[in-house]
Amino acid sequence: MEKNISLTLKVWRQNGPKEKGRFETYKLETVSTGSSFLEMMDILNEQLVNEGNEPVAFDHDCREGICGMCSLYINGRPHGPDDDVTTCQLHMRKFKDGETITIEPWRSAGFPVIKDLIVNRNAFDSIIAAGGYTSVSTGGVPDANALPIPKPDADEAMDAASCIGCGACVATCKNGSAMLFVSAKVSHLALLPQGRVEASMRAKNMVAKMDELGFGNCTNTGACEVECPKGVSISNIARLNREFLVAKFKD
Amino acid sequence: MINLDSKIPQGPVAEKWSNYKAGQKLVNPANKRKLDIIVVGTGLAGASAAASFGEMGFNVKNFTIQDSPRRAHSIAAQGGINAAKNYPNDGDSVHRLFYDTVKGGDYRAREANVHRLAEVSNDIIDQCVAQGVPFAREYGGLLDNRSFGGAQVSRTFYAKGQTGQQLLIGAYQALMRQVNAGTVDLYTRTEIVDIVMVDGKARGVIARDLVTGEFQRHFGHAVVLATGGYGNTFFLSTNAMGSNGSAAIKAYQKGAAFANPCFAQIHPTCIPVHGEFQSKLTLMSESLRNDGRIWVPKKKEDAEAIRAGKLKPTQIKEDDRDYYLERRYPAFGNLVPRDVASRAAKERCDAGFGVGATGLAVYLDFKASIERLGEDAIRARYGNLFQMYEKIVDDNPYDTPMMIYPAIHYTMGGIWVDYELQTTVPGLFAAGEANFSDHGANRLGASALMQGLADGYFVLPYTIQNYLADDISMPRMTGDEKEFVDAEKEAKDKFEKLLAIKGNRSVDSIHKELGLVMWDFVGMARNKEGLEQAIEKIADIKKEFYSNVRIPGSEEGMNVELEKASRLADFIQIGDLMARDALNREESCGGHFREEFQTEEGEALRQDDKFAYSACWEYQGEDKAPVMHKEELTFEVVKVAQRNYK
Repeated sequence: MEKNISLTLKVWRQNGPKEKGRFETYKLETVSTGSSFLEMMDILNEQLVNEGNEPVAFDHDCREGICGMCSLYINGRPHGPDDDVTTCQLHMRKFKDGETITIEPWRSAGFPVIKDLIVNRNAFDSIIAAGGYTSVSTGGVPDANALPIPKPDADEAMDAASCIGCGACVATCKNGSAMLFVSAKVSHLALLPQGRVEASMRAKNMVAKMDELGFGNCTNTGACEVECPKGVSISNIARLNREFLVAKFKD
Repeated sequence: MINLDSKIPQGPVAEKWSNYKAGQKLVNPANKRKLDIIVVGTGLAGASAAASFGEMGFNVKNFTIQDSPRRAHSIAAQGGINAAKNYPNDGDSVHRLFYDTVKGGDYRAREANVHRLAEVSNDIIDQCVAQGVPFAREYGGLLDNRSFGGAQVSRTFYAKGQTGQQLLIGAYQALMRQVNAGTVDLYTRTEIVDIVMVDGKARGVIARDLVTGEFQRHFGHAVVLATGGYGNTFFLSTNAMGSNGSAAIKAYQKGAAFANPCFAQIHPTCIPVHGEFQSKLTLMSESLRNDGRIWVPKKKEDAEAIRAGKLKPTQIKEDDRDYYLERRYPAFGNLVPRDVASRAAKERCDAGFGVGATGLAVYLDFKASIERLGEDAIRARYGNLFQMYEKIVDDNPYDTPMMIYPAIHYTMGGIWVDYELQTTVPGLFAAGEANFSDHGANRLGASALMQGLADGYFVLPYTIQNYLADDISMPRMTGDEKEFVDAEKEAKDKFEKLLAIKGNRSVDSIHKELGLVMWDFVGMARNKEGLEQAIEKIADIKKEFYSNVRIPGSEEGMNVELEKASRLADFIQIGDLMARDALNREESCGGHFREEFQTEEGEALRQDDKFAYSACWEYQGEDKAPVMHKEELTFEVVKVAQRNYK
C-alpha cells in the first residue's frame, strides 16, 4: 500500500558552468511512496517556488524510461537504487521514512555541468556524427526484404540499439569512458549487412572522436554494464575492439 | 482573409501524386546551395526532413528544445509502423491502407493526402532498413508483421516494443551524418519564440537559447514546423513533459489557420492517476487488448468495497463481473477502436462502478489468457509491458488484474496545410503531428510514425522545391532587417511581461487547473453547456495566469519556470480554441463526442450533411474570438458509412 514518508534531500546546486557549486539541504514532509522520483523533485520545486526560491534544474522529458534525458546520481548510483531503470522509473517506495537522499549531476570530464543537476551531453551527438550511421541518403534503396538477415543477428543488433544515450555508463565509470555507448552503436550497425560495409571505418572514427572529446579509457571494470538502464552488454566492447583492430591493420 | 486552396492535383486519386511530381518545379544543385531552410523540431518528421534537405544540398538550420535530437517524443512510440507491403500475402494494398485510414478517421480527412501517405508507406520501410533499423524478423530472415486495431490485415512493422525509438534513432543518425557533412547546423536547447514575416512570407524565426537566455535571429527562405502535438494542454497526458504547442500557436498568430483543434485522441489503456502530484500518464500498448479482458464489478457495493481497500479484484466471482465491452460489442469485444473503448470505461466509472482508490479505473485481466496459453506465452508477448507496470504500480499483473484508464494521447488537429504541406502563410510548412492532414477525427494505431516519416522523407523534399524554385534569386537576409529586429523585441517584451507579474502561484498549479477544466469539459464527452462553461473558465484562468503567476529567477541564464510559463500562455490559447471548435462541431465523430449527438445505444452520430468539413480557425488578435472557415471534404473514392462494431 502507498503511504507518505518524509525526506531530507542534499541537492547539488550550481548557478552556471563556471560557477562554484555546493550542496543545499531541503526537507520534504509528505511524499507518497507511489510517486516517482521525479515527481518527488516536482514536489520539492513546487515548495521552492512557493517560498519564492529558484527551483532545482534537472533534465527529464518522456518520464517513461525511453528518451534518456533524465540523469541523476542518487545516493552514489546513476539512476538510483533500483536495477534496469532510469531515474523517471524509480519510485519512492525504494526509500525509507526519514531517509537522507543525496542528489548529484553526472560527474565526468565529458559532461560539464550547465546548471544544478543538468549536464551537457553534446559529446554523444558529436561521436554519432563522426560515424554512427550507414551512409545512405533518402531514396533509391533496395526493397526491405531484398536482403534476409538471420534472426539472431537482428535480435542482437536490436539489443545493442536499445541504448538510450543517457550517459549513465560514463557517469559510473571511474575512468569516465564512453566505451559502452560507442560499442553499442558500433555493434548495432556491424551486426547488420547494411552497416557491415563501413564497420571498421566507423569504429575508428567514433573512437577517435571519443578520445578527442576527453573521455577516458576502458579498463574492463564492468561498472557500465551494471548501471545501464537498458542492460546493454559489455560484450559489445569486445566487438568494438575487434572492429577497431581490423581498421588499424588496414592502415 | 486566409486562402484555403488545398491545391489537390488533377486526376484520379491514385494518380494525383504521380501527376504532381511530374509537373512540379525543381531547384538545380547550384541553386540549392544558395537556399536556407529552417526546420523546427527533431522528431520523426523534423529529423527526417532536415536530413533529407541536407542530403539534397540545401542549407539547413535545425532546432530542438532538447539537449539532443534523439530525445524527441517520437522515441516513446511503442507499437509499430504501418505500410502496405503486403509481405504476409493477406490481401493488403495501397488502396486498402488508404481506405482503412480514411474510415478509421471517421471520414474527416482529405482523400488525396491520405492516398499519398499510403503510397509512400512502402518506401519508408525500405529506407529504414537501409539505415539499419533492427525491425523484428522471422527465422527465415525476412521482416515480421503484426496486426493492429482498425485493420483486417497484418501490416505493422515493429522493433520489439520500441519501434518509435528505433525509427527516430535511424532518422537521428541520418541527421547527424548531415551535421558532420556541414549541410545541417544543429541548435540544441534552443526554442523558437516567434516566426518572422517579410512581405507576407515566412522568412525566419526568433529563437531563444535555453541555456543562456539569449535571443537569436535566424533567416530561412522557408520554415518547416515539425513540433508535434498539443496534448499537454490537459497537463496530464501521455506526452513528454516538454511537448508543447507553442510553435504552432506562433504560426497561428502569424496567420496560419489552425484546423480541427478539438480532434484529440484519448487512449483507453493508460495507467490511472494516483495522486495530485502525478506528472504524466504512462501508456500501456494497445496490443494488450488482444489477450486482456476488460471488466468492472457488476455490483456497486463490490466496487465500493474495492475502492475502500476491503476487497480484492481476485475475490470477485466470475458471475459478479461485468465484461462491459464484450457485453456491448459482442462482435469486436475488447478490440473496439480506441475512442469507443475509452468512452465505455468512462461510462462505467461515472455510473459508480469504477475501481482503484479514486474510482477512476477499470480492470484489464489476463487470467483467462494465462489459463488458456500459460504464463510463459503471456510473458513472451508482453513481458516488458508487465515489468513496466509493476515498476510503476507495484502490483504483479500475472496475479492480479491491471488497472487502466483513458488518457489524452495524440492530437489529430493542428496547423492547416494544403497538399504541399504548406500552411496558409506562404513559405511556412508543417509536418508530422503538428499538421492536421491525414488522420481525420481519429488516428489508427501505428499510423503516427508512418505519417511523420512520410512527410519528412518523401513529401516535403518534393513539395518544398516547388515553393523554393521561385526564390532562387532571393538573397539571404542578415537578420538585421527591421522585421527581424521588431520580432525579436516583441518576443523579448513577452518574456519580460511574464517575469514582471511576480504573483503568488507556480506555473504548474495554473497548468493543472487548466488541465482539469479541459478534462472535465473538453475531454471524452462534451456538451454545449459544458463547452460554454469551459470557454469562460479558460478566460478566468488566463486572467489568473497574467496577474498571479510567479516566476523566480531572471531572463538571463537557464530558467526552467520561465520556459514553462511561456508554453502555458500558449496552452491556454489552445485550450480556448479546442473548446470553441468542439462547441462548433455539432456532431460526434472519432475522438470528438458530443453527448447531444449519439444513437439510442450511445454510439457516435456524425452529421455528414452539416459537418463534412475541416474547421479552420483564423486568429483575429489577442482577446478577440477567432473566425472559422470551412474546407469542405469531398469523397470521390471512399464510401461514407456509419462505423459499426457490434
